[in-house]
Amino acid sequence: MKIYDSVEQALTCVKSGQTIMVGGFGLVGGPLTLIDALVELDVNNLTIISNNLGEKGKGLGKLLEQKKVKKAIGSYFTGNRDVGEAFQRGEIEIDLLPQGTLAESIRAGGAGIGGYYTKTSVGTDLAKGKETKMIDGEEYVFEKALKADVAIIRAHKADKLGNLVYYKTARNFNPLMATAASTVIVEVDELVEPGELNSDEIITPHLFVDRIILAKKILTREGVVEND
Amino acid sequence: MINPIQEQIAKRAAEEVQDGQIINLGIGIPTLVAKYVDNNNVFFHTENGMLGVVGVDEEDVDPNIVNAGKMPVGEAIGSSFFNSAESFGMIRGGHVDVAILGVLQVDEQARIANWAVPGKNIIGVGGAMDLLIGAKKVIVTMSHTSKDGKSKILKNCTFPITSTRSVDTIITELAVFRSVKGQLHLVELMPGVTLEQVQKSTEASFVNALK
Repeated sequence: MKIYDSVEQALTCVKSGQTIMVGGFGLVGGPLTLIDALVELDVNNLTIISNNLGEKGKGLGKLLEQKKVKKAIGSYFTGNRDVGEAFQRGEIEIDLLPQGTLAESIRAGGAGIGGYYTKTSVGTDLAKGKETKMIDGEEYVFEKALKADVAIIRAHKADKLGNLVYYKTARNFNPLMATAASTVIVEVDELVEPGELNSDEIITPHLFVDRIILAKKILTREGVVEND
Repeated sequence: MINPIQEQIAKRAAEEVQDGQIINLGIGIPTLVAKYVDNNNVFFHTENGMLGVVGVDEEDVDPNIVNAGKMPVGEAIGSSFFNSAESFGMIRGGHVDVAILGVLQVDEQARIANWAVPGKNIIGVGGAMDLLIGAKKVIVTMSHTSKDGKSKILKNCTFPITSTRSVDTIITELAVFRSVKGQLHLVELMPGVTLEQVQKSTEASFVNALK
């Protein structure tokens, strides 16, 4: 059921035109194995929701190079020069959100909330065209929730039911994205039997998780290495 | 590489830190502030999901423990990790006492521009706007002038502003300003700096509140 030996099999649900959430803050907490396999898929017109869009020619950056990205929704694309250039040429749409809004919109999407009001970005270029509302004498901007067809995320450990725990700052957007997509695919460093994770310390309960693979790529001090 | 001007600004900013505070440090000069804070009862927050950030020795680096600038950091005793929505909830919900930020420009109402440059692709904002609306106090650390000698403390920002909120304190290599009712007040000269130097390097009008 949930556990896949093959990364390719785990990604069979990804189709052209879909919206895909990708966890991670740069490489930290990124589903590196799933990203590399996603790049190889024969799909296009994807909308990618992720804080960054990889680096030039690396990770999600490859997806952009191959012109498979229709739209990117995130907070910080500055680390990949290709994003700005593709945007200039009109090849991709960009929806730039403050990082807190990106996170909260995903949280809202996963919690059945259609949208919400925040003070972040009021009076700035990023609030242009957005509905505003006065609440208790202060101005707020309306932000719509975000949802996806598929989320690819990274956790540290999963049990075979799909309960997840994370590691240090590799948590970031991953638990949020686990709640906000129709199909959630997670790669983990370690798979354990149900009961081996402390119930009090589980961050993502298994009802959110659809597919699990073991990570074949891990981030080390020496960079990203194959995990055999 | 140690830049003495940046270190001087960071050291002065550290004097603003008070016992018990929760502090978020931006990238650049603000990151340097931590090493001048000699108080175990001050807690550093990083928006990618950690409270209790400390420095880390080269041999102890864990690539999965980083700050918002993606630099390796260490864990203080009593540190915690949380997801991005909870982390920004701390910021947006008013639970962070002080944000220390780098900026590109400040205007004479102490509003800042630090996320975009016109004419370049506007494709990155990160947590800047969230910190501006959420932190109880915002301290700006910046070089007073650009590399070509132009004032970065202007009548009006020529770059897009980050928030309509005025920051509280501005620390440069020349002076310290505080914003009082939307007006810049010069409260301190850095050692060896004259009022004339500050006037010459500051386009914005300000109130001389030197004691």
